[in-house]
Amino acid sequence: MNTSNQCRVAITGMNAKPDNPGPGVAVARCLKESSDFQGQIIGLGYDSLDPGLYMQEFIDESFLLPYPSAGEDALLTRIEEIHYSTPIDILIPCLDAELPNFIRLAAKIKSLGIKTVLPDAERFRLRNKDRLPELAEHAGIECPDIKAITNVSFFKDCHEKGWEYPLVIKGIFYDAYIVHHKDEASSAFRKVATQWGYPVLVQKVVKGEEYNLTAIGDGKGNLIAPVMMKKMALTDKGKAWAGVSIFSQKLLDAATRLVTAINWTGPLELEVMKDRQGRYQLIEINPRFPAWIYLSEGVQRNLPFALLKVALDELAPVYSDYQSGILFIRYAQEIIVPINEFESIVMSGTGNNTSGIDES
Amino acid sequence: MDSTNQFISHPGKSTLPSADRLQQLAISESGFIFDPVSGHSFSVNETGMLIVRLLQQGKDLPATIAALQNDYNELAAVIERDLMEFISLLREQVDASI
Repeated sequence: MNTSNQCRVAITGMNAKPDNPGPGVAVARCLKESSDFQGQIIGLGYDSLDPGLYMQEFIDESFLLPYPSAGEDALLTRIEEIHYSTPIDILIPCLDAELPNFIRLAAKIKSLGIKTVLPDAERFRLRNKDRLPELAEHAGIECPDIKAITNVSFFKDCHEKGWEYPLVIKGIFYDAYIVHHKDEASSAFRKVATQWGYPVLVQKVVKGEEYNLTAIGDGKGNLIAPVMMKKMALTDKGKAWAGVSIFSQKLLDAATRLVTAINWTGPLELEVMKDRQGRYQLIEINPRFPAWIYLSEGVQRNLPFALLKVALDELAPVYSDYQSGILFIRYAQEIIVPINEFESIVMSGTGNNTSGIDES
Repeated sequence: MDSTNQFISHPGKSTLPSADRLQQLAISESGFIFDPVSGHSFSVNETGMLIVRLLQQGKDLPATIAALQNDYNELAAVIERDLMEFISLLREQVDASI
């Protein structure tokens, strides 16, 4: 097994649509820009137009995976194929929808000699969106009411049952829409149900400012290298387009209580709203690094590299306090891809990056 | 009623962010202020900077008014009115509850 600075790391989430990018490219960028990392990055995407598959400055080898809906057997077969041609030391899943499959396969992936840092299925379920109020109460944090529904008729008279508009309609894995009346709610319900299945979640809106925290849980109740930020600008989908690093002891304490309550293992992102009374209200716990993870490198707390240390049971780096007031501002740019590289991904699911992996 | 009593008789409006809280603010010479706890940033003019620095030192309202009177040739009542307005704006930016 290689050490953290020489290992081969496979990363998913190579999608990067500007309004809602996956975290994979940012995770790869963190590792490539870490002065301690001289290893290789293997990019795993789901679509031949995932830009990360072609970004040779961050990705050494690229492969397509079957969509999560194909099931865990198809995923395992593909991981085995890739691993035999291009050995993987550590695998970092970065997308919500794929995590259940990777968690179910964790033991089999481990038997291939590939390390992961993932929660078990029970801990993963504890942070499900429909169980957040229960978890938040256990950890002593405020949380807006949330309800799982399977029928659009809920919206006919929900305002008479304490569910007044505006409301947030969410998919069980992903996606969220703020709705202001019955028709809008019904439309969002159908959209979310079609894409993400049932149940559909309805959450009461918290008015305030959004703050996020990312860190790694070590599975023993400890929070490693937390980084906090306030969103400064949003895309139409509510994703951060700009943000600034902050430090709030109150938010850190809340995150520590949550991670301790569920003994979280692996990367995570907390999304909270600070309401008008100054209380943090838990909105979501995402079981992965966020797309803004490059800010962690920006504040000298390279979380993806810290994850490699955790995966390999090496001593986690000791971080000093990080600097508040470091901004990130996202931008979109084009990459140029020769047709033969695109062809290779489309026809064989394998990239032919000229850099390649040095087998020496 | 003197200015001090006016402050005391309207405690809800005149409550200051604590000096400890204000000391967390990063203030540049240009008047740009960043709050590392809330992530808010805002700018103040030269007078605003002077007031924030006085409050950071733990000066109470009467002492702040007295200090401003030394620098500005103005009646205490006028300074008090402007100071109250400034503090109200400052409180919007600096959330003391964090």
